Amino acid sequence: MVAISKIATGNGHGENSPYFDGWKAYEANPFHPTDRPDGVIQMGLAENQLCFSLIKKWVMQHPEASLCSVEGVDRFKETALFQDYHGMPEFRQAVAKFMGKVRGDRVKFDPDRIVMSGGATGAHEMVAFCLADPGEAFLVPTPYYPGFDRDLRWRTGVQLVPVVCESWNNFKITRNALEAAYEKATEANLRVKGLLITNPSNPLGTILDRETLRSVVKFIDEKNIHLIGDEIYAATVFMEPEFVSISEIIEEVECNRDLIHIVYSLSKDMGFPGFRVGIVYSYNDAVVSCARKMSSFGLVSSQTQHLIASMLSDDEFVDSFIAESKDQLSKRHKYFTWNLSQVGIGSLKSNAGLFIWMDLRKLLKEKTFEAEMDLWRVIINEVKLNVSPGSSFHCNEPGWFRVCFANMDDHTMEVALSRIRTFMLKHNDAMVPRKLCRRSSLKLSFSQRRDDLMSPSIMSPHSPIPQSPLVRART
Amino acid sequence: MGLLSRKATCNSHGQDSSYFLGWQEYERNPYDEVENPQGIIQMGLAENQLSFDLLESWLAKNPDAASFRRDGQSIFKELALFQDYHGLPAFKNALVDFMSEIRGNKVKFDPSHVVLTAGATSANETLMFCLAEQGDAFLLPTPYYPGFDRDLKWRTGVEIVPIQCTSSNRFQITAAALEEAYQEAQRKNLRVKGVLVTNPSNPLGTTMTRDELDLLVNFITDKEIHLISDEIYSGTVFSSPAFVSIMEVLKDRNLGKTEVWERVHIVYSLSKDLGLPGFRVGAIYSNDPIVVAAATKMSSFGLVSSQTQYLLSAMLSDKKFTKEYIAKNHKRLQKQRSKLVAGLGKAGIGCLESNAGLFCWVDMRHLLSSDTFEAEMELWKRIVYDVKLNISPGSSCHCSEPGWFRVCFANMPEDTLKLAMQRLKSFVGSIAVNDRSHQELKNSRRKFRTKWVFRLSFQSFHDREQDER
Repeated sequence: MVAISKIATGNGHGENSPYFDGWKAYEANPFHPTDRPDGVIQMGLAENQLCFSLIKKWVMQHPEASLCSVEGVDRFKETALFQDYHGMPEFRQAVAKFMGKVRGDRVKFDPDRIVMSGGATGAHEMVAFCLADPGEAFLVPTPYYPGFDRDLRWRTGVQLVPVVCESWNNFKITRNALEAAYEKATEANLRVKGLLITNPSNPLGTILDRETLRSVVKFIDEKNIHLIGDEIYAATVFMEPEFVSISEIIEEVECNRDLIHIVYSLSKDMGFPGFRVGIVYSYNDAVVSCARKMSSFGLVSSQTQHLIASMLSDDEFVDSFIAESKDQLSKRHKYFTWNLSQVGIGSLKSNAGLFIWMDLRKLLKEKTFEAEMDLWRVIINEVKLNVSPGSSFHCNEPGWFRVCFANMDDHTMEVALSRIRTFMLKHNDAMVPRKLCRRSSLKLSFSQRRDDLMSPSIMSPHSPIPQSPLVRART
Repeated sequence: MGLLSRKATCNSHGQDSSYFLGWQEYERNPYDEVENPQGIIQMGLAENQLSFDLLESWLAKNPDAASFRRDGQSIFKELALFQDYHGLPAFKNALVDFMSEIRGNKVKFDPSHVVLTAGATSANETLMFCLAEQGDAFLLPTPYYPGFDRDLKWRTGVEIVPIQCTSSNRFQITAAALEEAYQEAQRKNLRVKGVLVTNPSNPLGTTMTRDELDLLVNFITDKEIHLISDEIYSGTVFSSPAFVSIMEVLKDRNLGKTEVWERVHIVYSLSKDLGLPGFRVGAIYSNDPIVVAAATKMSSFGLVSSQTQYLLSAMLSDKKFTKEYIAKNHKRLQKQRSKLVAGLGKAGIGCLESNAGLFCWVDMRHLLSSDTFEAEMELWKRIVYDVKLNISPGSSCHCSEPGWFRVCFANMPEDTLKLAMQRLKSFVGSIAVNDRSHQELKNSRRKFRTKWVFRLSFQSFHDREQDER
């Protein structure tokens, strides 16, 4: 009997990893302020939910952008028919302008270099297909977004080699680390085709400083390998220092521009993951041409292109949105991190992203990943917060957790904080007689259900767990 | 040392084929009734533009669906955040009901077997990734949609081996042709993983007979391989015989829950049946839970926009609307096709008898200077550049016989179709004129033309008789 493919039956999708089940814990008992106040609070999902009122208002004031309204219906037919993989010109122009604004208009983006894709997920896979053959490799600094294991490798056959970054220097990407990774790949007989950096970083929430960016660009230029800059969190930089994009660095540093590519999306900056707006922006004409043909496999719905084109060409709205979003993120971040510090929880100093990189190393029984998993199970099952353990991001050091803060309202944030306070107070109490009873850490205070194999999900947003009432309404 | 991947530098994307080149020519000089009446008329694009008024009137009556509202309340945030690759349940439910309705409710579909994808383009590629390895092959009856060369092969590394079909029997699939294709694959050291058919057929515009479908089921059972039935034109069957879906055949043969049941997969889309190619709505339907699970995860690379899922879930749940749309759409397609066939007839050109699709499979073998593909290309170039009609040559569809062309009829208003047919008639008339010397023409012009047209009409009439047998 002729079976189905290895790709289909293998684990390249990454969802069989133990980290996936955290979503199930959340789904089995999701927090709701009135219906389920003791449910699990979702802090493992990097969504930007803080500015919807602004966007909703714009949508209601611009019915023609929704296309099919009385005002917009004359555009319906031409939009419904529009399947040109070049994308609507007004869509590309609006996106190019938005990308420029997000970078303080310090650089201009050419609408003709904008290629659509099925979200950033589709963009990454497409770039891998364009730049590398099966068996070749990309270098990726750790810790990194777990979805890359699937997006860059699964159907492409491309390998990932980690560039190990460490906490002693705030996980900065050093030249040594880059060289070490390159050498490791070479020793393993892997041909390195590129380096993928995420800037601002997921999960760190930090941005790459100018010096690091220059060093990175020099490195790839010397090695003649591609540089892919995932800048999907660019507009979430809510505090100094200012974001510096690769697009700016290449104006300052000599390099072969055919090696430079940017992945973008509206899922994080605008909070529109459902609309599947992914962008590949390449300085290499051949890549633009190839990617454009490949984009047939994941074009943006013309209905959505029309909406986005209308929205993002409204300069006034865009300017106020970018400012408002930064402001909301900054406030939430400050509030969250300050409250954490009050109970002795620190995190990596960050100025971007929708999450913090929480430092719980001192809560580990021992400096091992097993201890990290133990702690994580406690957080999920006892504290009832779905957070993401650092090991799922390939962090080389146990004890770090990514905790999202922008995907909930103020009330839920308060509940989460109070649970954390309670947990830490109990922990600190338990820790007090430390010298006398070394082992009286978490084990005393909480029963751990060893048979409970629940693990948190670090997964891509495309989890099997629906969170929205749109899904629960099955009739 | 190559800087880019092999996939980026090869031409498996298929865009050097004439199918796309004609398109490019059209882009350079597109017909417009007012702005460019001498331009090229697009007859190479299988779009359904005949029923937009029905969609527009539904939208006007149901403004909530496209304005992110449900029962007057804004659900913008929910939709903007909804990225679950299982898809919107309301949409999948409405979709399977619609698919059922198109099949006369003779089969029911289970929404949990549906995987949503960004268009049929993505669905077909995804199925290849799920069912085949690099270097495996799928058998496809010729002529077939040129896009398959890209969709099935490019990034997957899967090969296509043609099942040669000929005009001698209306291009139907025969047992011999299936077996020959299978052997051809063996000779090339390719492991055959399945058969992919398009039913109704693109470019033929015909539906598969029950005999053909039974033949396929027997073949895939015997060889223990998969069958993919691309049914994206199922809603365009405008006259008898009625559409018979592969699922119906399996059901009628009591093959439910058998091994072969799990090896049959359907591809669907709303690009042709509803005329919404821009919205990128495709679907895979499979009875194999492993395929459904794998394809669902893969759909992350090309999900359907939640905004679009919501709009269409509302539209397709309106059963009154879908019933009316299906019926009216059929009538309009049938009418427009008749106009094309009549116009072709006036130019002395026949076509394959068809009952579905947005195009006709037109027989211009008699206009070739020789029975070769070179002559077909020559003729095609004249039709694109001189007659200014973009039609698709059979060779781009891998037809085994030169002289056939796919001509689309549903993507233009009646007047444009009329003009296209006039141009064609003049062209055919002028070929007749140029074939003779000027002197002879003066004397025998009328006689010749009549004879020529009569012979053509007779020939195409004769063909039709055979088809109906």
